[in-house]
Amino acid sequence: MSVLVFADSSEGKFKKSAFEVVSYGKRVAEQLGTTVAVVTINASDVSELYTYGAEKVLIVSNEQLKTFNAKGYTSVLQQAATAENASIVVLDSSINVLHVAPMLAVAMNAGYASNVVALPSEVAPFTIKRKAFSNKGFSNTVMNTENKIIGVAKNSYGVHENPVAGTSESFDVTLSESDFGVTSEKVEKASGKVTIADADSVVSAGRGLKGPENWGMIEELAEVLGAATACSKPVSDLGWRPHGEHVGQTGKPVASNLYIAIGISGAIQHLAGINASKVKVVINTDPEAPFFKAADYGIVGDAFEVIPVLIEKLKAFKAA
Amino acid sequence: MKILVCISHVPDTTSKINFIENDTQFDTNGVQFVINPYDEFSLTRAMWFKEKQGASVTVVNVGNATTEPTLRKALAIGADAAIRVNAAATDGLFVAKQLAEIVKNGEYDLVLTGRESIDYNGGMVPGMLASLVDFNFVNGCVGIEVDGTGVSLVREIDGGNETHASTLPMVVAGQKGIVEESDLRIPNMRGIMMARKKPLTVVEPLEIENATAAQSYEKPAPKGAVKLIDADNIDALIDLLHNEAKVI
Ligand SMILES: Cc1cc2nc3c(=O)[nH]c(=O)nc-3n(C[C@H](O)[C@H](O)[C@H](O)COP(=O)(O)OP(=O)(O)OC[C@H]3O[C@@H](n4cnc5c(N)ncnc54)[C@H](O)[C@@H]3O)c2cc1C
Ligand SMILES: Nc1ncnc2c1ncn2[C@@H]1O[C@H](COP(=O)(O)O)[C@@H](O)[C@H]1O
Repeated sequence: MSVLVFADSSEGKFKKSAFEVVSYGKRVAEQLGTTVAVVTINASDVSELYTYGAEKVLIVSNEQLKTFNAKGYTSVLQQAATAENASIVVLDSSINVLHVAPMLAVAMNAGYASNVVALPSEVAPFTIKRKAFSNKGFSNTVMNTENKIIGVAKNSYGVHENPVAGTSESFDVTLSESDFGVTSEKVEKASGKVTIADADSVVSAGRGLKGPENWGMIEELAEVLGAATACSKPVSDLGWRPHGEHVGQTGKPVASNLYIAIGISGAIQHLAGINASKVKVVINTDPEAPFFKAADYGIVGDAFEVIPVLIEKLKAFKAA
Repeated sequence: MKILVCISHVPDTTSKINFIENDTQFDTNGVQFVINPYDEFSLTRAMWFKEKQGASVTVVNVGNATTEPTLRKALAIGADAAIRVNAAATDGLFVAKQLAEIVKNGEYDLVLTGRESIDYNGGMVPGMLASLVDFNFVNGCVGIEVDGTGVSLVREIDGGNETHASTLPMVVAGQKGIVEESDLRIPNMRGIMMARKKPLTVVEPLEIENATAAQSYEKPAPKGAVKLIDADNIDALIDLLHNEAKVI
């Protein structure tokens, strides 16, 4: 028995979440007194993974998987788990991996715990803490199946160095025609923009901004911070900002280190989706805005006055 | 086209979350239950297929009798028939296996679900169901068109969208975008009256062991008070974010 980790990559490069799940998988393997193997698909340089404890790396290079294919990825992970005799598979929570995990659970006849926020508290019975109720609670879940799939919530365990002298080998997979029942036709992506999923910082604005024409300063603030931009639900419903920027309970989840909310009241549905962020800053004219109760730092003030100053001061800070 | 919409019965988004019985159970006292918001988007898209392409729409829930008002609401919105699998939904794989049985017996072409339930946030059931019945699967769908057995779909990805082509039968997990917010329907009196006469069939579950079980629950640790910074003292904010919070 061993632990298998999938280190997902995009255009050949690993994201922080790949290092997080490798760190996590290594610690689970230690808890169980076993070894960890990491599988990668079309990644260019896997040596970085050794820093986080990847003892063995399986390198899958496959032209057909150049574009994401959920069934194809599932098949790769299943084959790797079989080859490594792994009964535990550790995954991150990226959009693509969330697509694959439940399919892998069926393929491996495994229980699946998603949104996991900590190492197993016990290994017999295997007990794991996961987020539930849209960040308003946690559940300690017991996994009864022999095979287990653990989906680690982004930024919850963290990246921990644990250097090993790892080895890598190429891993051949067999894909069948039935793995390609869904084909990718076209990918449209804003290039050069930080995405909410990857961002360490997120700058988010709400209806307090009055209209789409006022987002210039939000984008500028985000640029200074290297942050992604986001918005509250009414803002995307009104068409001021694209759907993909809507965060909250029914939008994208945010689990960044820094979340700056500007002109957002802090409705329960908004908070539910962003509560997993580590440090929250609120800028709002209304001192009674509920968001202040959920924030770490707050400024009671008019965004149209505060933000331009904040941008200038941050630029000076970055330049210093 | 025969469409099945999987409806999860969840606490309203404004619900306060509390636990009882030594933190082993969710406290439903005073909690209003609704159709899972993601499922509402998918159901509304199903109504479009019914009205524009003559599809039939069945809704299904795995749950005990307390979920029936939620299924009736889906009927009032316009679904033709409802099925309730009479079992508490306590594990994703368990639910998916129950739904797979319904799908196999009903010969559905398209199964629409939500991206995730807002209670346990599993994001498990749709993908598991697709694998169990061996249907094509697209998650996080924000656009779907069906032409014969050909299906064109748009899925949300990090920072953009991806267009896919596939064929029926399929499982598709939807979210806002599959229809617009403004397309959602509030059941009217006529719909509610008609819903009473529509069939709601209760079927007994397959006997399956749960793969996972929630042992206990916890609430997040209480938060300390906010530090307020004067609007004229932005330097103080930058200093705190740099030296105290260490996020810039
Ligand atoms: C089923 C359901 C699901 C939902 N899901 C979500 C979700 O996922 N995400 C989400 O965000 N919402 C969601 N909502 C909506 C939520 O309830 C709120 O309506 C929404 O979050 C409010 O958006 P807002 O804060 O931008 O706007 P408002 O509530 O209008 O708040 C605007 C804020 O801006 C402040 N303001 C005004 N002028 C200025 C200024 N010049 N400078 C600074 N501040 C200013 C005001 O004081 C106010 O606090 C959902 C609602 C429902 C019913
Ligand atoms: N008990 C249930 N009965 C019917 N459908 C369900 C049930 N639980 C989940 N689903 C469907 O699966 C989707 C994802 O749910 P989950 O895997 O619980 O996050 C939901 O949006 C529903 O469409």
